Amino acid sequence: MLISMNWISEFTDLSGVDKKELINRFTLSTAEVEDIYEMGKNIRDVVVGKIVEIKDHPNSKKLHLVKVDIGSEVVDCVCGAPNIFVGAVVPFAKFGGQVGDLEIKETKIAGEISRGMCCSEKELGISEDHSGLMILDDSYPLGTDIKEFMQLDDIIFEVDNKSLTNRPDLWGHYGIAREISVLTKRPLKPLDVVDTSVFKELSPIDVKVEDTDKCYRYSCIAVKNIKEKKSPINMKIRLTYCGMRPINLLADLTNYLMMELGQPMHAFDYGNVSKIRVKTFSEPIEFLTLDGNMRKVDTDTLMICDDKEPNGIAGIMGGELSEITDHTDSVLLESANFDATTIRKSSVRLGLRTDASARYEKTLDPELTVPAIERFLKLLLDIDPGAEVFSSLTDCYVKRYDTISIEFDKAYVDKYTGIDISSDQIEETLTALGFELTRNQDSFKVTVPSWRATKDVTMKADIIEEITRIYGYDNFEVKSTKSLLTPVRHSIERNDEYRMKLLLAERYAMNEVHSYIWYESKLNKEMGIQTEKNIRIINSVTAENDTIRSTIIPSLLGFVYKNVDTNPEMGMFEIGRVANGLKEDGLCDERKRLGLVLASKKMSEKEVYFKVKEILEQLIFVVKNIKPSFSPNPELTKYNYVHPVNSASINLEGCEIGYFSVLNPRVRNNIDKKLNVVFAEIDIELMEQIDVKPLSYKEVSKYPGVTVDLSLLADKSMRYENIAAAINEYQCEYLQSYHLVDIFEDEKLLPGKKSVTIRFDFVSMDRTLEGQEISTMVDELLAILKGKGIELR
Amino acid sequence: MLENLAKIKEQFSKELNAVNSKDELEKIRVAFLGKKGLVTEELKNLRNLSADEKKTAGMQVNKLKQEIEQAIIDHQKILEEREYQKEIENAEVYDYSIPSEKPVGTLHPITIVQKQIEDIFKTMGFIIEDGLEIQTEYNNFEAVNIPKNHPARDMQDTYYLENGQILKTHTSAAQNTIMRKYGAPNSGETLKVLFPGRCFRNENIDASHENTFFQLEGMMIGEDISISNLIYFMKVLLTEVFERDVKVRLRPGFFPFVEPGFELDINCAICGGSGCPTCKQSGWLELLPCGMIHPNVLRMGGIDPDKYTGFAFGLGLTRLAMMKYNIKDIRLFNSGNLKQLKQFVR
Repeated sequence: MLISMNWISEFTDLSGVDKKELINRFTLSTAEVEDIYEMGKNIRDVVVGKIVEIKDHPNSKKLHLVKVDIGSEVVDCVCGAPNIFVGAVVPFAKFGGQVGDLEIKETKIAGEISRGMCCSEKELGISEDHSGLMILDDSYPLGTDIKEFMQLDDIIFEVDNKSLTNRPDLWGHYGIAREISVLTKRPLKPLDVVDTSVFKELSPIDVKVEDTDKCYRYSCIAVKNIKEKKSPINMKIRLTYCGMRPINLLADLTNYLMMELGQPMHAFDYGNVSKIRVKTFSEPIEFLTLDGNMRKVDTDTLMICDDKEPNGIAGIMGGELSEITDHTDSVLLESANFDATTIRKSSVRLGLRTDASARYEKTLDPELTVPAIERFLKLLLDIDPGAEVFSSLTDCYVKRYDTISIEFDKAYVDKYTGIDISSDQIEETLTALGFELTRNQDSFKVTVPSWRATKDVTMKADIIEEITRIYGYDNFEVKSTKSLLTPVRHSIERNDEYRMKLLLAERYAMNEVHSYIWYESKLNKEMGIQTEKNIRIINSVTAENDTIRSTIIPSLLGFVYKNVDTNPEMGMFEIGRVANGLKEDGLCDERKRLGLVLASKKMSEKEVYFKVKEILEQLIFVVKNIKPSFSPNPELTKYNYVHPVNSASINLEGCEIGYFSVLNPRVRNNIDKKLNVVFAEIDIELMEQIDVKPLSYKEVSKYPGVTVDLSLLADKSMRYENIAAAINEYQCEYLQSYHLVDIFEDEKLLPGKKSVTIRFDFVSMDRTLEGQEISTMVDELLAILKGKGIELR
Repeated sequence: MLENLAKIKEQFSKELNAVNSKDELEKIRVAFLGKKGLVTEELKNLRNLSADEKKTAGMQVNKLKQEIEQAIIDHQKILEEREYQKEIENAEVYDYSIPSEKPVGTLHPITIVQKQIEDIFKTMGFIIEDGLEIQTEYNNFEAVNIPKNHPARDMQDTYYLENGQILKTHTSAAQNTIMRKYGAPNSGETLKVLFPGRCFRNENIDASHENTFFQLEGMMIGEDISISNLIYFMKVLLTEVFERDVKVRLRPGFFPFVEPGFELDINCAICGGSGCPTCKQSGWLELLPCGMIHPNVLRMGGIDPDKYTGFAFGLGLTRLAMMKYNIKDIRLFNSGNLKQLKQFVR
């Protein structure tokens, strides 16, 4: 919102005040000022001039040679305006002066000398009117600088509208002036108004508020015999400077009042509207608004009607048919207060946001309606003394806000602020802001002024803000807290997550990615990935991505798909959320999952598979000190991208925490036929439920151990875990450990079999083992293995 | 005998000079000091001498023996040194400029920035918490004092799910859960929590708009937490985060979950506060919203607002990462584009 410093000065004396500093103070105490414009700086040496002679230009049909009397001299100038006439009094930019970006110099226009310029309103920045020269009245002596009677010099500052959303009182200059009066400690002048009680003998207007939920107050009055059509020049300047387009006196006055008090007003042509019904329609209607658009109005939108026709959309925009025109000489003047939510929602539904609706949305003070009418009348009668009020002030006050009283004491303020603000200062600040205050030493009772009581100030904490913002946050002494030293409880889960991320990035050179919480259906379709039904978003702007994912894997495969052309060697992981359907209470079963994918063309599929398996074991071992086990899980084939054979569940202490799989060739071929892809997913929360295995340190034997490598022959289909299980059956205190050295397969040499070389470590804690003992133990072990179909090669 | 010794010595010197390998050296050692070596023989001959002669000659022989032993050791060192020299001279010269092929793993830029900030807060005794991404309307709105009919609840900004839940629009959605989890602090203690999280806004994506982004929120609750403390903490924390002496400025700002609410500005790093295009000539950059936790929010979190006060602040983590790495296009974060993401090595 644009605010004029001249306008503010009408309500509080700003003489001697540093305006830049004031605006900075305003930002710190009230609302953010985004920009400052110094108006009128680029208008210089423009004086009152009278056209005394007009001749045709010899070289142009449009241009004229004009002589302008500016008192001290008569100046030649070339002028192209269509509305010139001898005797016209106009603003004239002298030689050496400036109008906007134009410096006035002596020039030749189409061959003729010109030593100045006659100006239009637009050229002076007063309005958008560029139809012809601005015609001044002849009451000013020729040669008078126009700035002596036109308020062209002004400081306009733009307040960020967002920072005013909770301050309905600041949507007009008078409210801003109140703030500034408090900041400058200068008095706020009362509004100059017409007392409407003098019209109480006149008959009222027929007003009925039928929808008492949506309308808080409807005030109106009727005025006739309005002869003046044009607004005074300084009113036009202010409106233009504040971003409004001057139209005609009545329209300008309603806008001026809205800019001054924040109260939207509407003037109906009394010839069309003489009764008021405030209501909604039971059926949707079509309505022609004054911007010329036919609009569909639904049954929740409040309308202003007479007993027959709708004449305006309440609080948003009037109708074209009842709009005031240049012929209007009598009006029904509305000043009303509507329910903020109703106006906001209607405005959204209509797709029509106006200066009026923007203000009503903020929950305006209903006490404003009558002062706005009284102020309007004052301004109108000053401009057009012949205008005549011909109804009483008609005021339907449907709903009143409760008066809000708040009690507090200085101790409360001290605790909240952490500093010492004196009781006198508290009293001074709140009184200046319009709070009625009674004080008993350090205890206060305040009544919130009506303009702050619609939603903004309701409780003690709100009073703190009033006191502190005026005190100034930059004046605060800043202090650390006084609190006891206590240990901080840190979540292990978070540390584990970070460890896993680091491990994947630093040891396995994988890259962490982030993907969306929903399935990207188009991408999945291209890859041939079928996803499960899951909970959906009902209002996504990207409607095709409306299903919340139940697994991270399709997102990661999507990234493989996107990156494969750049570099097929890739490893990616993400810790992200999924929704595993709904829980019994109807809420989403949100899970945190780790997904990872490794893809390669250099490595064989088998190599990638074992790399992923290694990564998983490392990952889990690092955080849990436990090696996971794997087991086949036929249920995994519900995902069409899972490999039916080369996939397995990941188990930790008997709990299934995830799975890993080779990418199903049916999906793989859509990504890249030659790409070997293996992926895994772990449920972090399930994993976190498993306790970390405590580390148990074992004494190392002082005696040398004996290492025996045995190559064992087993059926090709036998998994290593079966061999290991067989070895584990051998109970021997000296067999300290064993591990796999090599697996050898050769269809010619060992048909149907594989050779598995395992290294066994035998050691005793109290002596060196004898060769004979070792042989005996190996024989015992081999005997057990033989029983399981495993022979020494 | 002494003559003999002199001859042996001379012979040894002559032969040693001709030695060029360890094998030859060993031969000489055997020839002179071995069981049947020349010096050994002389030692054996001692027994044929009288006691007096034995003493003098013995000393002479032993001296020779020691000299020869030392000479062999010395010569061995020379030979070894020659071999080292040879090996080094013949060594292949490795080209250190050949690039190593090991690919670089990376963390996501959000993870990096988030961890840095979490670490700063940990040093100040903050608990790091987490929240759900799929939230109830109550947690996201009512519990943080955003009642029905509030403009922030207009359908268009919020992703609504079929079951009535929503994707959380701000990290504040975790406030209520966290307050209830930890409860009011013991007397004299403060509850200090930091909770980063992923948030969602239902809008179309472009270079400066994302529907999925990260925020980070912190709060501190205790019996005497004041505005003065808030300013102090923000200044200290931001000085750590930005690794410079940050000036902060508070302005009134309206957020339903705080009262009073503030917009916090920091002095512009580019111009130092004198005014430049980045800070729109104001010298200040709007950084984060903060404020004293609204009494209604405390009450709904099960904490008595008459006894406890607190402050809360929010920080756009995604925005911070963009500032830190000078990222112009916000779509990078969720792109999975490895060409871009591989750059974030720290």
